[in-house]
Amino acid sequence: MKNWNFAKMYLMALALLFGMAGFAGAADEPEAVVLDSLANLYEAVEFDHMMHTDLGEDCAVCHHHTTGTGPENDNCARCHADSPENDVVACSQCHEAQPFSAEVLNAKSENNMLYHLDKPGLKAVYHLNCIGCHEEMDGPIGCQDCHARTEAGDAFYHADAKGGSEGGH
Amino acid sequence: MSAISRRRFLAASAAGCAATTLAGSKNALAAGSFTGYPDGMGVLVDLTRCIGCRTCEAACNKEQHLAAPDKPFDDMSVHDEIHHGQKRRPDENAYTVVNRYESESSAKPVYRKIQCNHCAEPACLTSCFVNAYTKTHEGAVIYNGKVCVGCRNCMIACPFNIPGYSYSSAFNPLVKKCIFCYDTRLKEGLPPACVESCPQQVMTFGKRTDLIKIAKQRIKNNPEKYVDHLYGEREMGGTHWMYLAGVPFADAGFNVHLGNEPILNNVKDFLGTVPMVLAIWPALFTGFHLLATKGKDGHGHGEDDTHHIDGEGDK
Repeated sequence: MKNWNFAKMYLMALALLFGMAGFAGAADEPEAVVLDSLANLYEAVEFDHMMHTDLGEDCAVCHHHTTGTGPENDNCARCHADSPENDVVACSQCHEAQPFSAEVLNAKSENNMLYHLDKPGLKAVYHLNCIGCHEEMDGPIGCQDCHARTEAGDAFYHADAKGGSEGGH
Repeated sequence: MSAISRRRFLAASAAGCAATTLAGSKNALAAGSFTGYPDGMGVLVDLTRCIGCRTCEAACNKEQHLAAPDKPFDDMSVHDEIHHGQKRRPDENAYTVVNRYESESSAKPVYRKIQCNHCAEPACLTSCFVNAYTKTHEGAVIYNGKVCVGCRNCMIACPFNIPGYSYSSAFNPLVKKCIFCYDTRLKEGLPPACVESCPQQVMTFGKRTDLIKIAKQRIKNNPEKYVDHLYGEREMGGTHWMYLAGVPFADAGFNVHLGNEPILNNVKDFLGTVPMVLAIWPALFTGFHLLATKGKDGHGHGEDDTHHIDGEGDK
């Protein structure tokens, strides 16, 4: 009986170890992210994060330098070559949902030390950062391939316009 | 001796000098050292980001309560439309359009968003004789539909062929164009609807002076991506909507032969002399008349107060 108790202890210790190792390797990496902060004309995006990490590329491809690995762009590396991992690496952390609001514009004009004055807003970076790679890797590039249009969106784009006569005013 | 008295001569000279001085100072103002409103807002349009999705057209249509379009705004066949031998242009129902162009410098087509460029010294404003146009401090060139008489001089004057005309209206036709969303947004410092709607942030909103710096920085950081020119920085005296492109601007449908002088410069020199002419010529020709008739007998009034020159026989 004593041997079996010891064995149980060892087994439990091993299980804990492997369990923790599993967690440590993932490091709070989400499997999927729902991008809904801008959903209005289109539905929220169900973003398969795990599929993208499984592609094997450096995290910096999407997250710049915020995941602790150096940035890809040499220009960025001038300052961020040794930047440590951030607590929050979500895009919305740095890229504003309203890039031209009064607060943002005032902050830029008042703060002389702000370097990244040309930082695109959140909606723009989703498209600018993702679509380029999708085009190369045959990923989804149509609008509704990533997010279906809502009813508000259909009204906005006048989806019910019947197509007018050609020529003549 | 001259028939003119010393008093009259001195009075006329004083009047002539005063008129010249006043006219002259007006001329100096008209000579134009206007460098634009320093806090004017602008928009930087980066055509390397534009994919021709026409979301900006939809946003403008909604914001300005324009008529429903013939085709949905996600219909890309509009890029193949030809009207009167030209691609689409802004009109009364579309204050902005996006056109597609092909360029040898690029495998992918280039898209260009066309709208009023909100010039620093607008030709439309220059040409309008009812003062329907106003260049606001915020940078927008807006117009007052109530005073517009529909003469369409501004359509002729605009070097970018922007103002559209409401031909569809029989009794109240007006000129219509992009107003930078002045009434609904720019007055409160908000970006126009098209800028906010763009999924790729083709347009960047900010102070014009800041945008020029941002544009130069983008060119500097990505020399292989951009043509080294900021269209609208100086063209036609400078516009508040400026463009960056990855292909030669002529390929993207821009008029690259406009020069850097505002339209106003074509007329302000000779128009600036009008006050001086009006002041000087009466004095000058009075002087000629007096010289020509100096000392002649019979100059002056006849018995019956008729004015006749010697040499003419009585009729």
